[in-house]
Amino acid sequence: MSVRSEAAAGSQTSVLEPTKLGIVDCDIHPAPPMPSELAPFLAERWRKHLAVYGVRQANQHTSAVVPYPRMAPGNGMRMDSWPPQGGAPASNLDFLREQLLDGCHIDFGILQPLTSGSTTTNQELGAALCAATNEWQLEKWTRKEPRLKAALCVPQEDAASAVSMIERYSRISDFVHIAIPTRTMEPFGRQRYWAIFEAAEHHNLPICMHAPAYGYHCDTATGWVSYYIEEHVAFANPPQTVITSLIFEGVLERFPGLKIVLVEGGFAWAPALAWRLDKHWNHMRDEVPYVKRPPSEYFRKHFWFTTQPIEEPEQPSHLLDTIRWIGAERLVFSTDYPHWDFDDPSRTLPVSLPAQDRAAIFRGNAMDLFKLSGA
Amino acid sequence: MSRHIVARVGEIGPGQRKFLTVAGRTVGVFNLNGEYFALLNRCPHQGAPLCTGMLVSLVESSGPGDYSVVRPAEMLRCPWHGWEFDIRTGQSWCDPSKIRVKTYPVTIESGAQFVKGPYVAETYPVTVEDEYVVVDL
Amino acid sequence: MSAVGAIDCDVHPVVPSTDDLLPYLSEYWREMRILRELDRMDSATYPASVPLSGRPDWRSELCAPGTVVEMLRVQALDHFGLRYAICNCIHGVQSVYDENMAAAFCRAVNEWIRKEWLDRDNRLRASIVVPLQNPDLAAEEIERLADDKRFVQVLLPSRCEMPLGKKFYWPIYTAAVRHKLPIGIHTGNMGRFSPTQSGQPSYFLEDYVSQTQSFAAQLASLISEGIFVKFPELRVVLIESGVTWLPAMMWRFGKDWRGVRVEIPWVKEAPASIIRDHVRLTIQPLDVPADPDVLPRIVEHIGSEDVLLFSTDYPHWQFEGDDVLPAGLSSDLVRKIQVDNPLATYPNLMETIQ
Repeated sequence: MSVRSEAAAGSQTSVLEPTKLGIVDCDIHPAPPMPSELAPFLAERWRKHLAVYGVRQANQHTSAVVPYPRMAPGNGMRMDSWPPQGGAPASNLDFLREQLLDGCHIDFGILQPLTSGSTTTNQELGAALCAATNEWQLEKWTRKEPRLKAALCVPQEDAASAVSMIERYSRISDFVHIAIPTRTMEPFGRQRYWAIFEAAEHHNLPICMHAPAYGYHCDTATGWVSYYIEEHVAFANPPQTVITSLIFEGVLERFPGLKIVLVEGGFAWAPALAWRLDKHWNHMRDEVPYVKRPPSEYFRKHFWFTTQPIEEPEQPSHLLDTIRWIGAERLVFSTDYPHWDFDDPSRTLPVSLPAQDRAAIFRGNAMDLFKLSGA
Repeated sequence: MSRHIVARVGEIGPGQRKFLTVAGRTVGVFNLNGEYFALLNRCPHQGAPLCTGMLVSLVESSGPGDYSVVRPAEMLRCPWHGWEFDIRTGQSWCDPSKIRVKTYPVTIESGAQFVKGPYVAETYPVTVEDEYVVVDL
Repeated sequence: MSAVGAIDCDVHPVVPSTDDLLPYLSEYWREMRILRELDRMDSATYPASVPLSGRPDWRSELCAPGTVVEMLRVQALDHFGLRYAICNCIHGVQSVYDENMAAAFCRAVNEWIRKEWLDRDNRLRASIVVPLQNPDLAAEEIERLADDKRFVQVLLPSRCEMPLGKKFYWPIYTAAVRHKLPIGIHTGNMGRFSPTQSGQPSYFLEDYVSQTQSFAAQLASLISEGIFVKFPELRVVLIESGVTWLPAMMWRFGKDWRGVRVEIPWVKEAPASIIRDHVRLTIQPLDVPADPDVLPRIVEHIGSEDVLLFSTDYPHWQFEGDDVLPAGLSSDLVRKIQVDNPLATYPNLMETIQ
């Protein structure tokens, strides 16, 4: 028996402490669709294009592995997430229901597809892939399972195209957020992206931003790192870049209804960033005249953070300081299923977290943010 | 404490494992070159099914750029976050004194003894001539 | 809070213009200074006119901030009652592409520091400015100055041509360790890559605040590449980093290491432990809110009182009045930050200067 099928056969559902309310999981990664799954939603032109030229990414070395190969099979998956029914992790709805939704008491799961086409260098292809990914989510996932909610994937580097995509899909209630990667071609607060903010605010959809494996620019300001572990640590940086740019470019003054969710970047860095922004803005606010109030105030109004990968201090109680500094209302729970660095809801939050904070992080904050109706 | 038959000797080959569940608790039993070890199937980190993880070697290094591999397939890599556990001792690699998975004694018993008891009744077929892998839970 | 007797681990002399370096440049470079109009090489990280570069009460209409030793003496050394101050001269030549120009000018800057600063006040110490464009040339400059024990550190910028842990840079660490010199990584920029993963930021403010990411990347690189395994005596000082970003990075890195340590099997200790043993941070700027409880909590999170080093970052504008440290710290911790930790970090401070 292969290790993977052994692992699947031996898997247990999580033993969860009794909870009264179900959880909202804000980061679930459905397996990238097979070409045959996407084909019905793609024009002939693009089906042919994909077969010959594939999806090209910036700074890509090979088609086979990402630049920093992950330390777990399947491009970084939990070893017990391969469905016994066959297929890749998170490709089978029945097994996803069993292992994640039922197994972890998840009332709502927010999809974050990672291969939507928003990062491909061929922007026209990217738009076609985003639309196809949106249709595919409805057909394969959310229309079959009402607990799952879809990501409205958009080709953000072409703002007009992104706005059309939002107009096209925002009326379908399965879509509860707009998905954009944290590494964009320019800092995300730049004018070229403003039409997207206008549409997001108009339709009252939060923008969920997830770190991608590829980007147009080096992953650090001091050059390309050597190791996967360095890349993983550096995933905490793009969300900070997003926040800083959005605040200083005055985006949050112009679009006061905008909501941004930083996904899978952790959150323990957030208080230090807020303090740093306040400190230096204090002396140099004349450089950024569109910023009308201290940066930390925008933090508290416009930004949310998914919890995974939750930082693990040597003394777990230290995380309570962090949560207090950020505000428990800023945090929304996520598992990142089926990735290797998955956070299990029964064992993730510090045990001494007050019950009301726990309830807010596990459920209440996300219910409000994504406008979900109680189950 | 109760003793349970996991398998007939020879059923779990070298480098293989078998699971035993008793009263809601699952244990993985491993054969390392003819020696048997039993570990609780729950990672002390976040409760993952530890014993379903990959068997890996112990990776050591004498310095930057050097990789050496010793004790082939004697480490268990948690299927979730990849923490390594020594199958022989249950100790984690990353913090051996503080983080470990529970281990259970394993013995080889001849079939003749089971006729005498006292052992927990199992549905496991036993013959007097064979030997069995027994876990003490 | 009194700083009398404190050791200031980050003050900034600034080279006013290349003409001040001419006495220390060869005939060739003196000609090039004229032909190529190399009259100024200010670092773009600290344009003189930007508020950060000079606190208003430390500015003069007559000169750019940090260019006059008498002002540093009066405003920093005398005013705070400092025992020593370590001069970190941030100069654009650490960023140029021509490694020979870099070597020539670094040598000139170090000579200028000696003559115009170290010779003028025996409380002053300095970092060696090195041409990291060519680590062998950098090592030569370290060797050249090693006998002058007023040089207590080797200075590198936070944004380089590749992450600082890479073997390319190891000749610098070999030389530094030989002479018991810590490596000081200071806010700076060689300009080889965009400051952010999404390209060039629009604003100075945006660029400067994103420097914490660069410090985090350098720290991850130094540890991952095994610098502290190869050079067990090496200490690294992160200068002007902001401080409070560190615990989150320690936690994330430590969690990752537990699971993927086989990728870098030469790293046998938890990253937090390595950091406590080998890494120090200067205290200003200190990214904290008004709440005085935050810094003591951050010290708890870091897990050591030995990590923080007193600094004013003179003449940069990082704090008001004399408030280098927040109120309410225990006197033990204050003494450690001001005196014990710097003395333990910089062996040359204890050397008798002839």
